[in-house]
Order: sequence, then structure tokens, then C-alpha cells
Amino acid sequence: MTTLIDDVVAARAPWSGIVPGGATITITDLRGNQAVDCLLYDAHDHAERYCAHTTMAAQRNIFLTTGSVLRSNEGRPLLEIVADTCGRHDTIGGACSQESNTLRYGHHTKHQHACVENFLFEGAKWGLGKRDLVSNINWFMNVPVEPDGTMGIVDGISAPGLHVTCRAERAVLVLISNCPQINNPCNGFDPTPISVVVSGP
Amino acid sequence: MVSGHTGPPAGATSTTTGARDHARAQSDARVRGMPTLPASTAVDLPDAVGPADVLWDEILDSGEYASHRLPRGSVLRFTDLDGDACAHVALHHADLPSERLSLADTTKVQWQMYPTRGSLLLSDRGRVLAAIIADTSGRHDTICSAPNRTDHEAKYGDGRVEGPFPSARDRLIVALAKFGLGPRDLAPTISFFKGVRVGTDGGLLLDPVPAGGGTSVELRFELDTIVSVANVPHTLDLRDRYTCTPLRLCAWRSTPTGLDDPQRDSSPEARRAYLNTDDWMLGRTRAGTGA
Repeated sequence: MTTLIDDVVAARAPWSGIVPGGATITITDLRGNQAVDCLLYDAHDHAERYCAHTTMAAQRNIFLTTGSVLRSNEGRPLLEIVADTCGRHDTIGGACSQESNTLRYGHHTKHQHACVENFLFEGAKWGLGKRDLVSNINWFMNVPVEPDGTMGIVDGISAPGLHVTCRAERAVLVLISNCPQINNPCNGFDPTPISVVVSGP
Repeated sequence: MVSGHTGPPAGATSTTTGARDHARAQSDARVRGMPTLPASTAVDLPDAVGPADVLWDEILDSGEYASHRLPRGSVLRFTDLDGDACAHVALHHADLPSERLSLADTTKVQWQMYPTRGSLLLSDRGRVLAAIIADTSGRHDTICSAPNRTDHEAKYGDGRVEGPFPSARDRLIVALAKFGLGPRDLAPTISFFKGVRVGTDGGLLLDPVPAGGGTSVELRFELDTIVSVANVPHTLDLRDRYTCTPLRLCAWRSTPTGLDDPQRDSSPEARRAYLNTDDWMLGRTRAGTGA
């Protein structure tokens, strides 16, 4: 395997890159309990993109882990998780935004940095805009659902050095927000850096 | 799909007048899936709703779709007439269509996966698109969204939009296109009348099908909204046959949630979602476009 990209993404920062078909992307939670919000697009047709709901329905389970196939809105595979030392990842919790922060925590959070800010800024480099943001993956984030339907972001199960590796089924544009949230436990109330490595076949 | 007529006798449409007579002779044909026009002639209305208040009345048979613009303050009732409908619903803010229903924010902000009476359907801009003000079904899904053509090819052997088993995704792409919106505008959709539960291991389970007929869900819109609906079997409905019974859509004029309505104070998150919605309406009033 050839290393194509080897980046450390600073706390609170966005990242994007192309994972060629057959290549892998490994995301490492360097310091532990750092949520990594992630969206996927077919590199050649951005209208075909990750669909959390198609992915969950196809595997009949809300949690992502080794063996999960991350599918597009047309039901086709984009990535497959081939290694996961954390155990499970979320895809129902969505991305934090300034707007949803005002609902969840109060209007004092209106000007705090948020994942949707990262997605809009980084996505614009690829011609992506507001209409292109959909339900995302939250690597290393812990969101249980109780029998009565109560759900919420709770203390993480990740730890320093845990990582997840996905193999691209075709060329995929990966858009990441290294989550800046400080009002819930998704980052242990302390956003930290992550590592992103893309390796060619 | 129901065909409304059979072909005329040979030669009957060989002239323009013959073809015109044949076309006009169809005008009294009735099928299950069709709109009521004028809407004021709709029947089986709630007691408090007068004929002049009706904004939209339409039945969607199996596989059919519709889209409609409804004003702030209107109520839309979905009725599962025979117990086996599945309404896949997309909502877009009519003033700003890049703002749309967010399933992630709807569930996360309200700390609840299973929407019912009292739940809000929130946009991705922190505002209330609609409130669920009545629900006699209780079987709804925020997890699986609209099935696509690939799903239907695997389940039914055919998923073409022009075929017998069209997918909800393809139907909604066309529904949105009629409002000038494209595939990028089709975000994850909510479904009514087919419930999905999450097990402790994260596994998904569809509620037993079919349900009893005649249940309904009512949405009250808090912003002008483009509503797009496809009546298509649920993704987790594993019956071999494409099974979907008629869905009625009936909307009428009403008023937005008032300042003293307890709905606003049902939770701190709801209170702030209404504050954000009110704030948008202030801007609309200042712009002279009416509140």
C-alpha cells in the first residue's frame, strides 16, 4: 500500500479529500472521545452521496462497525468498514449547527463554531452547498436509543489511538468536520486533533 | 396502477373530431387515486372544517405521488384508508427551499426517535416546519427513509419509475422537480403509517403489517411549505408483493400555533424552535410580503 495522504486534522477543523476506488481511509481518534462528522460523495457525481437511512435499512441496524457497507442514496456501496477498534459508530445524530445548537442549548451558542460551518466552508471548495448536506456519519460518537425511543449523545466509548478503516468501492469524496462541539459529551467537552491517512492499493 | 379506460372501437379516433369526442367522453371516469376538484367538494371533513376552508383533497393509490404548496397555519391530514398505506414525506420551506426537514435534528433536538402527537418536524435551520397535532396511528419511521430503485430491483425484480413498482425516491425526485427542485434537494424523508423500532443491540424491526384501516396523522404548518408525498411500500416491508393501499391527503385553512398555545412550551427545545420560527416571520413582515 502506498500512502497517498497523511494528515493531522486540527481540533475544530474541516478536512476533505478523494479516496480512489480500492484505496483505504483510516481515521484515528488520537486523544480519545473525539467525534468526527463525515459525509461521502461519489467523486464523479456529487448528487449521489452517503445516505445514513439507506445504510441503516440495508443492514437492519443503526450502528456502524466492521462489515457495515456505507451506501449511497441510490443504494450502491461507497465505502465498506474493514477494520474498527472502537466497536461502534453513530449515524442518526447528525451534525451540530449554529441553528440546532440554539434549540438544544440556548441562543448563547449561536456564534459557536459548528460542524455545519465546517461542511459548508470545506464543501464549497468542491462546489458543494447547503443542499448537499444530509444525515452524516459520526465516527467515535455514542448515541444509544432506549426502548421508548429516547435517544441522545452520551459519554463516548472511544479512547486514544482507536481507529476505523474503510475501503472505497469506487472513487469517493470524503468531507470531514473534526467536531468543535463543547455543549455535549461527544468530544469529552474538549475537541482534539485526529489523523486521516489514505492508502492506495 | 389503475388504468382509467380501455381503447375505443377501431376508427373512432381517426379524425380530430372523433379523437376530441373520445377524449371528452372520458370526463366522468373515476379512479381511486385522483384529486377532488374543486377542493370544496371534498367529503368526510372534520366537524369544524367548512367546505370553503379545504385547500387540497387527493387520494394516492399504490405507487402514486403528489406535491403541493401549503400555507403557514394550514392543517394536512394523512389518512391510511385501508390500513396498508405508507406515506413517504419530504418537506421544504417554500420561501427558502434549501431549508428542509431534517430527520437528524428532529430526533436529536427532541431526544426522541418515535414522533407522535406533540412532536415537531424541524428544519435544518432550527425552525418548525410543522407540528404533529393529531395521531391515531403511532406507527411512523425516522430511520429508514425512502426506498430506492436498487431496493425495488432486489425485492420486486423491477424498480423503474415508469414500471409497476416505482420507488419512493424516484417518485419524490419527480415531485420535487415540479417545484423546480432537483435530486440534490431530496433529503431523507419521514414515513407515516409504518413504524420501525430499535432494539437494544441497535437492530431494526418493522411493526406488524397491515395495521387497522382509518388511522390518521395531522400536521399543522408553521411556515409556508412544499409538501411532497409518495405512497410506496416501506423499505423493511419484506412481503413479496408490492403492497400499498390508498392514502388520502386532505388539507384545510387554520391558524398557526398561537403565542399562548401550550405546544410552544412543551419543552425548552420547542420553545426556542418557535422563537426561531417567529423571528423568520418578523423578517417576512418587514419585507412587506405578509406574515
